[in-house]
Amino acid sequence: MNRISKAFENKKALITFITGGDPDIETTEKLILAMEEAGADIIEIGIPFSDPVSEGVIIQEADKRALDSGCTADKLFDMVKKVRTKTDIPLLFMTYANPVYSYGTDLFMAKCKEAGIDGVIVPDAPFEEKDEFEEEANRHGICMISMIAPTSGGRIKQIACEAQGFLYCVSSLGVTGVSNGIKSNIAELIEEVKKTSAIPCAVGFGIFTPDQASDMAAVSDGVIVGSAIVRLIAKFRNECIEPVKQLVKELKNSIV
Amino acid sequence: MNKKTKKGRFGEYGGQFIAETLMNAVQELEKEYLFYKENAAFQSELTNLLNNYAGRPSLLYYAEKMTGELGGAKIYLKREDLNHTGSHKINNVLGQTLLAKKMGKTRIIAETGAGQHGVAAATAAALMGMECEIFMGKEDTERQALNVYRMKLLGAKVNTVTSGTMTLKDAVNETMREWVSRIDDTHYVLGSVMGPHPFPMMVRDFHRVIGKEIKEQILKAEGRLPDAVIACIGGGSNAIGAFYEFIEDTSVRLFGCEAGGLGVETPQNAATITNGSIGIFHGMKSYFCQDEYGQIAPVHSISAGLDYPGIGPEHAHLHDIKRSTYVAVTDADAVEAFEYLSRTEGIIPAIESAHAVAYAKKIAPEMGTNQIIVINLSGRGDKDVASIARYKGVNINE
Repeated sequence: MNRISKAFENKKALITFITGGDPDIETTEKLILAMEEAGADIIEIGIPFSDPVSEGVIIQEADKRALDSGCTADKLFDMVKKVRTKTDIPLLFMTYANPVYSYGTDLFMAKCKEAGIDGVIVPDAPFEEKDEFEEEANRHGICMISMIAPTSGGRIKQIACEAQGFLYCVSSLGVTGVSNGIKSNIAELIEEVKKTSAIPCAVGFGIFTPDQASDMAAVSDGVIVGSAIVRLIAKFRNECIEPVKQLVKELKNSIV
Repeated sequence: MNKKTKKGRFGEYGGQFIAETLMNAVQELEKEYLFYKENAAFQSELTNLLNNYAGRPSLLYYAEKMTGELGGAKIYLKREDLNHTGSHKINNVLGQTLLAKKMGKTRIIAETGAGQHGVAAATAAALMGMECEIFMGKEDTERQALNVYRMKLLGAKVNTVTSGTMTLKDAVNETMREWVSRIDDTHYVLGSVMGPHPFPMMVRDFHRVIGKEIKEQILKAEGRLPDAVIACIGGGSNAIGAFYEFIEDTSVRLFGCEAGGLGVETPQNAATITNGSIGIFHGMKSYFCQDEYGQIAPVHSISAGLDYPGIGPEHAHLHDIKRSTYVAVTDADAVEAFEYLSRTEGIIPAIESAHAVAYAKKIAPEMGTNQIIVINLSGRGDKDVASIARYKGVNINE
């Protein structure tokens, strides 16, 4: 059983997101270990992109801070390789199609494997375009994580059938980090998935508070929290470790 | 499915690289578009709007004085600048807004660079009774202040985009973010032959009328096809509109003029084919100006409409198969051509279109007097007068 599946075994998984290199690579490394200690089950590391179209302002600004600090995919590969010697937690890269494609998809996936990355999320590679990356990812043993949204409707079945690792269920229309946007039909969305596939479903986008996490965990297999954490990093910069740990603990307690 | 044989591809370019949230919307759009494309009532309604509202067909004007001065090929100007709202953009906007209305949408949103597409979208929205919001980079709202006011006058809300480089690419990002937040009642009127399928195909189809008219008009005037068709190119909508009818006519050379900015050897340009490499961005695989890690480059052009780091996927394909040629024209040469055409023919071109005029000036003298060039004059230059004055060091109030 791979590390991602294990994270959902007999429990609701807490998936936390941070932008790699925000505010610097050293802090990212510390945050990964701190979040694991606080109860995170899977950690998503964003590779910063100049034009993160799916992100709201909070993560847009994180990407900018990371790029301004000189963060690159290569520096993140090195950091992951280092942190992998200290932890077994599943690690995912979240980035856009262009940083992967322009790096050379096959080389990118090979480096992911070498560094100890378990899966990759590319929000602008929907079902119809996932084979731009999936073959290369799978060749190197990397999961391509698929997404469904409240607007997916008749597309859910085909997406669920081919999903790997877990299915990322987008809770709201719009971009990440909008706290009042969560749609009411998430439970139905996940029921629809479960009709065709046993793949774990984790809900993300707009989950800020332990209460929201608890509500979403009740109808799914896990929750993904990004902007709420990134907001703390923006506020506390290098001093963010303790506040982030505290939030992750609260989130974890809310979904147990 | 093979990577290269999928829907919405031009060779290996194009595709639908967008968030899952938008996939049903673009698939619905494709279905509806393909239906209305073959629907006689829709097409006749659109033709009526183009002819009786936008003023089509636009003239094909023989620039006799320019021809004489340059001493080579005969030069014709396709006067898209004479369309209602002052550019070719109205062709696409009337088509898409009419389609949106048929689809039951009540609101349109659009990005704009120079403001020409935004003005056209606001115009169509006013005409067809739709709500309209425009997204425009802060830098562009400053260099095209007149168009901002024009859009407001037409009843549109103009949102100033302050993310990223605050130009056209960021306006596209922000319009996509808005669309993903509100799909039910809203259609995104994309302004160029870019973005996810079906936009590159659909926007091209709405602009095909340009090339169709050129062909008819030049055959009537000269009894033969032109030797070259020249158009400026940012995303590439006026260029594909002018080129498309001639793709099979291999004797007609096709030239797309990219924004060379301060020079293609400097980082200050938006010459995508000249300096870019293949990437995936804004819903499509195509050429982009980017760094080694795939970060999209902060491009520059004096022309807000060409100040875009990508190019439509069909142009990427036409480049690869060597059917059209893409050349870079600098800010300085475009400004010189802007002044030249104003002085010589009494026609003030948009600074975008002036890039095509500049290239025609360069190649016409090397061609024979029995040869013919058609320049697609995609827009008029009223909007640029104040910024060109500033470029020349003259401070005038708009």
